[in-house]
Amino acid sequence: MRSEHDMDDSAALLEQVNQALQNATPLRIQGSNSKAFLGRNVAGEVLDTRSHRGIVSYDPTELVITARCGTPLAHLSEVLDAAQQMLPCEPPSFGDDATVGGMIACGLSGPRRPWSGSVRDFVLGTRVITGQGKHLRFGGEVMKNVAGYDLSRLMAGSYGSLGVITEVSLKVLPNPRKILSISLEMDSDRALLRLAEWGQQPLPISAACHDGQRLHLRLEGGEGSVAAAHDRLGGELLDASYWQDLNEHRLSFFDESQPLWRLSLPQNAPRLSLPGVQLIDWGGAQRWLKSDAEAPLIRAVVETVGGHATCYSHGLIDSPFQPLPDALMRYHRNLKQQLDPRGLFNPGRLYAEL
Amino acid sequence: MNILYDERVDGVLPDVDKNALLRALQTQWPDLEILHQGEELKPYECDGLSAYRTTPMLVVLPRHIDQVQGVLRLCHERQVPVVARGAGTGLSGGALPLEKGVLLVMARFNKILHIDPTARTARVQPGVRNLAISQAAAPFGLYYAPDPSSQIACSIGGNVAENAGGVHCLKYGLTVHNLLKVDILTVDGEHLTLGSQALDSPGFDLLALFTGSEGMLGVITEVTVKLLPKPQTAKVLLAAFDSVEKAGRAVGDIIAAGIIPGGLEMMDNLAIRAAEDFIHAGYPVDAEAILLCELDGVEADVHDDCDRVRQVLGKAGATEVRQARDETERVRFWAGRKNAFPAVGRLSPDYYCMDGTIPRRELPGVLQAIAALSAEYDLRVANVFHAGDGNMHPLILFDANQPGELDRAEALGGKILELCVKVGGSITGEHGVGREKINQMCAQFNSDELTVFHAVKAAFDPSGLLNPGKNIPTLHRCAEFGAMHVHMGQMPFPELERF
Repeated sequence: MRSEHDMDDSAALLEQVNQALQNATPLRIQGSNSKAFLGRNVAGEVLDTRSHRGIVSYDPTELVITARCGTPLAHLSEVLDAAQQMLPCEPPSFGDDATVGGMIACGLSGPRRPWSGSVRDFVLGTRVITGQGKHLRFGGEVMKNVAGYDLSRLMAGSYGSLGVITEVSLKVLPNPRKILSISLEMDSDRALLRLAEWGQQPLPISAACHDGQRLHLRLEGGEGSVAAAHDRLGGELLDASYWQDLNEHRLSFFDESQPLWRLSLPQNAPRLSLPGVQLIDWGGAQRWLKSDAEAPLIRAVVETVGGHATCYSHGLIDSPFQPLPDALMRYHRNLKQQLDPRGLFNPGRLYAEL
Repeated sequence: MNILYDERVDGVLPDVDKNALLRALQTQWPDLEILHQGEELKPYECDGLSAYRTTPMLVVLPRHIDQVQGVLRLCHERQVPVVARGAGTGLSGGALPLEKGVLLVMARFNKILHIDPTARTARVQPGVRNLAISQAAAPFGLYYAPDPSSQIACSIGGNVAENAGGVHCLKYGLTVHNLLKVDILTVDGEHLTLGSQALDSPGFDLLALFTGSEGMLGVITEVTVKLLPKPQTAKVLLAAFDSVEKAGRAVGDIIAAGIIPGGLEMMDNLAIRAAEDFIHAGYPVDAEAILLCELDGVEADVHDDCDRVRQVLGKAGATEVRQARDETERVRFWAGRKNAFPAVGRLSPDYYCMDGTIPRRELPGVLQAIAALSAEYDLRVANVFHAGDGNMHPLILFDANQPGELDRAEALGGKILELCVKVGGSITGEHGVGREKINQMCAQFNSDELTVFHAVKAAFDPSGLLNPGKNIPTLHRCAEFGAMHVHMGQMPFPELERF
């Protein structure tokens, strides 16, 4: 588990934060920069987290792994895989050198998300360098812990704007005993209908994506349940690599011919009428849209069904994340002000106001 | 018996003119139900932790959200502290009222607003009982997974405020994992929606932050939960062991075999005998420990997993492994566990339930240490344990009528929690800090960490009017706690009357 690159470099990170505090220099926190395309540009001195790396502890029978922020996500996955365990939320890497810290900060989850839970759902504890220049611990390495406010889960998806995540403890689970992927020919309306129907039944579906022509399903569970579901659903066998290609945006759909949007919708939202092409993921709860349509139009349509839209094409618009209602933004500002009073960490990455 | 609430260390609360506040509320909301005198306040002086009691100044029982908003605004204007309360089943005194505060009872909001079977969600008011959600979802083959043992009575608003758990957490998660959206009112009555009908929402994950925040950051007015398809089948295995260590190791072995049981519970001999006497569940009373392992899911998988678990248990040294033959026996096996608290209650005039969590590997050592503490304080301890997720519920038996036993029980409880912290665990897995574990928070977190918690509080409730004195101790309290702790080796503030 331990590799020669393991290093506790938290003292240096803390030192840099304290320097920045003293000089009032904003920091741009980065690992491998694999997700720099998400969010707004940050002007600031780079704080590179990659030197602080390594698995701190991992006991498969406890179902908990603790890793430093600079640990390559690929290394984490290897270590888990060797013990036949996994991070069920399947975080995408978007680059070979993606780090654990970036994975938490961005909080992105893969195809299994609707069934397994998100990155934040697997966070048990974090260590964080705060806006007061302190290196603190929140949460822990136990499954249940309701002491104090849940700062660790708050860190997930905060894009580094509330502190420097230096270490994280994650719940992990055993690999499924049996995995089988299939694809069925049907149009998207019918696929959404079937998914809503199947969702109410105890079927071992762990991924569901419709690319415009075919519905792709992944079945996971014991041998018996997977075989029974396969018998019932039929379809052609699909190579398992499909899900990774989907997760890492390597399918031809993601060809960058048009701006890319991520639409997060209620599971049972109907097919949305928007210019461009769409790909349905997460059994309906996440849709990818390639479209030249203006942001306000896309957001207005998505809002009518209770969802929100994120622009994945960097620099296209000033607010890639859906703007917040005024009252909610005020509390976001309050929280940022309280936890990062000097505005040190990734200023403006999420929203201009933060 | 009054007041544990310790204004001396947590800051002086504003002086409130009760009659003026009452008149203002009555004028503004003529049809708002308000309790304000003697006997009618009695039922509200404690929550599920009945040892701690305070008579509230006023109890308001609104029926409309605009009344809640009105009450909050008025209290904010007049700087009156507000404690929100659901069904009052909490075990940490989180809804303990204040002498100078308003108790805002949300129990009247008991409507299930919408069950959406295709979205697999339920939108409910905060006073809806946990079990009522599953009952309403049952016709669609769906249910709400988190099942705290008080699920017949406890309300979903309280579940969110406490991030309630249950016996199925390892596989199905806590409350926080089963929520989509929560509507809240801030301290000054402003409405916010946290989360969304989708699986995520833009901005910070305030839904996660609010879950388990114990009524310190806002008042919950509506909750949207996720529903799951009911597992096709559930089977229970009961395994007996001649030592708790072996039982503890067997838990790790089950996980190592790649199996995540729906429920995995452990009881020690004292708890087994108490439960058997009470429920006649068919437990082996000579066993030092039993494990209850529930496997649920699709028929074929459950069948295979039962075989695997039976083998694992055999190898781990179980003296006996039984599978519930039918649903009746399965329910009986569980009834013993689910009634373990009242069963232990029959052994002793009083008991005190702890809620520490530990990494599972630490179990043998922690149980030995608890046994030693039990001898040292001369009080019996029965152990009931959500073994799958490391959540212990040691039950300390005592008699409040015996001089000194109360204090010893509390001191022993405090020691057990500090032990949990020492081995890398937590002082509370699912019951919350509330009023009860406020001192142990000083053992769990250092002053810098507590400062961050106070900063979070300040972002939402800068005047500190929501549930003051709970959840997060002041640094001053911890400084005193630490000093007294070292010097006297027992609970702080002995001069304060307790219970």
